[in-house]
Amino acid sequence: MSNSPLSITRFRVIFIICWLVMVADNIMVLTFFGLPHRAAMIDSAISNTLLLLICLMVMNTLRYYLPRGNQYINVFAICLFLTIIWLLLTKWLLSVSLGHYDGYRDLLHHSLSIRFSIAFLLLGCVTMISILWYNQKEQKENEERKTDAEKLAKEAELFKLRQQLQPHFLFNSLNSINALIGSRPEEARKMVQQLSDFLRGTIKKEETQWVTLQEELQYLQLYLDIEKVRFGNRLATDMNIDEKTTGLKLPALILQPIVENAIKFGLYDTTGDTVIRIYAGREEDNLMIKVMNPFDPETSSPKSGTGFGLKSVQRRLYLLFARTNLLTTEAKQNIFTTIVKIPQDGV
Amino acid sequence: MSKVIIIDDEHLARSIVKEYLQKHPQLELVQECGDGFEGLKAIQQHQPDLIFLDIQMPKITGFEMLELLEQPPAVIFTTAFDEYAIKAFEAHAIDYLLKPFNQERFDKALSKWNELRSSGTEKVTQDLLESASLSPSQSQRIVVKNGSKIKIIPVHDVFYLEAADDYVKIHTSEGYFLKNKTMNHFEQVLDKEQFVRSHRSYIINVQQITRIDPYEKDNHVAILRSGAKVPVSRSGYGKLKEVLGL
Repeated sequence: MSNSPLSITRFRVIFIICWLVMVADNIMVLTFFGLPHRAAMIDSAISNTLLLLICLMVMNTLRYYLPRGNQYINVFAICLFLTIIWLLLTKWLLSVSLGHYDGYRDLLHHSLSIRFSIAFLLLGCVTMISILWYNQKEQKENEERKTDAEKLAKEAELFKLRQQLQPHFLFNSLNSINALIGSRPEEARKMVQQLSDFLRGTIKKEETQWVTLQEELQYLQLYLDIEKVRFGNRLATDMNIDEKTTGLKLPALILQPIVENAIKFGLYDTTGDTVIRIYAGREEDNLMIKVMNPFDPETSSPKSGTGFGLKSVQRRLYLLFARTNLLTTEAKQNIFTTIVKIPQDGV
Repeated sequence: MSKVIIIDDEHLARSIVKEYLQKHPQLELVQECGDGFEGLKAIQQHQPDLIFLDIQMPKITGFEMLELLEQPPAVIFTTAFDEYAIKAFEAHAIDYLLKPFNQERFDKALSKWNELRSSGTEKVTQDLLESASLSPSQSQRIVVKNGSKIKIIPVHDVFYLEAADDYVKIHTSEGYFLKNKTMNHFEQVLDKEQFVRSHRSYIINVQQITRIDPYEKDNHVAILRSGAKVPVSRSGYGKLKEVLGL
């Protein structure tokens, strides 16, 4: 719904001036035909005020209901109908209020056709202008919406790319390699290999692709190996994977952000050693994966810790399964647990 | 001899700085620290001439650590990727090392530090810390020093803020903490949907408000869940109404 053209001061002024000109013109014509000045004024005021009200009504109605395509014939019919109503009303009101003037009824009778055509023309013009105005407004709004949507899509794409590359992780890993080159070149070489495999995995996999848990865990292992080089013996992992689940499927690259979140949360927020525990099992028709990390309730509230990474996982799960309860988190004492369930029935 | 401290949570990142430092015998590495808490202690103990400081670290960030120091030392920042920090550095013409960096780049940063030192402008300025604290990761919590202990207050635990001379009193369920910042700083940093400057000297967490009563002629007073009464000026009332959607 757009604003009426009268919401703009300039148009309001023009509209009022036009109406005043109409009123004055009407008075002049009636005086010319011999009506007393006072009667001419009353006549003009009544008929033009009624016309003004009808015009305003049409303008306002068009705000909510805009004719499309072939409906213009309806608009014509409505204009005609409204003009007839206006004419009947005006005629009745005028004869009641001015009937006592000599020869007024005659004049009114003879002028009806002229009055009708002028009113019809005016109402038609107002309607047409309004339709044009609202159409243009609507088009502009549509265009704005379209550019907004495009902008959003572009931003999302950029964000995705950036997420894939994970600059913080990448540059820190390169920095570790840089340090290893001098002191332990063999390890540096190994880490270059791991980092390359990891990045290849990120680029290769489509977000829509499904992989087996085993594949996903191999990819996760690459990531963990690199993190272990970065953080030395501060980071340890404990994996407990039910053998029956390794063939189950899940969306590619869904575990790594969860584990990354756990590492950031566990490692960045506590200064001691950190053990990240990962469990996988089957629960009814779901593959259930639990990731647990220690955290320090003193310094980090889980509320602010469940950051960005988990949100994007949640979003992906929602887009894939239209469910919001597949990713849950809980904080008990100083252990933070992230549980993700992947329904297996539709796979 | 100048004293140097390295603060970085990754041991390999520290070791590369240590390696590059070997070419500069006039610099003595007095301590390596794995997080901001250790860093804080080491700085107070050794009063170093220069520190190498990572930004994203466990517990508190490099910036938050600097904020807790009354007189921050000269710093060469080392960071992998931090858009906000880099923006802050660029805005203040501060030299920083982007990981990974080589010996030449490292030497250049050191000679820049030497230059600044001869003109006496090598120390970290409050301006830099101010603009760095605009980063979203830092607007989620407030780090304060309570005696010798460091307290991290998540912003949603804050009841309200009150101006107190050169400090701001941060009222929480555990009493209040003082932070050497201005009300304008907090007004700018905190989420405007949650924190409203209700008065020249007060900022309220709107989630804590239970009701707002009229008070004297043009003023109001907000009653918080804790029972605290916070003054609301006329313009503050307008802002509160807007945020609360009244």
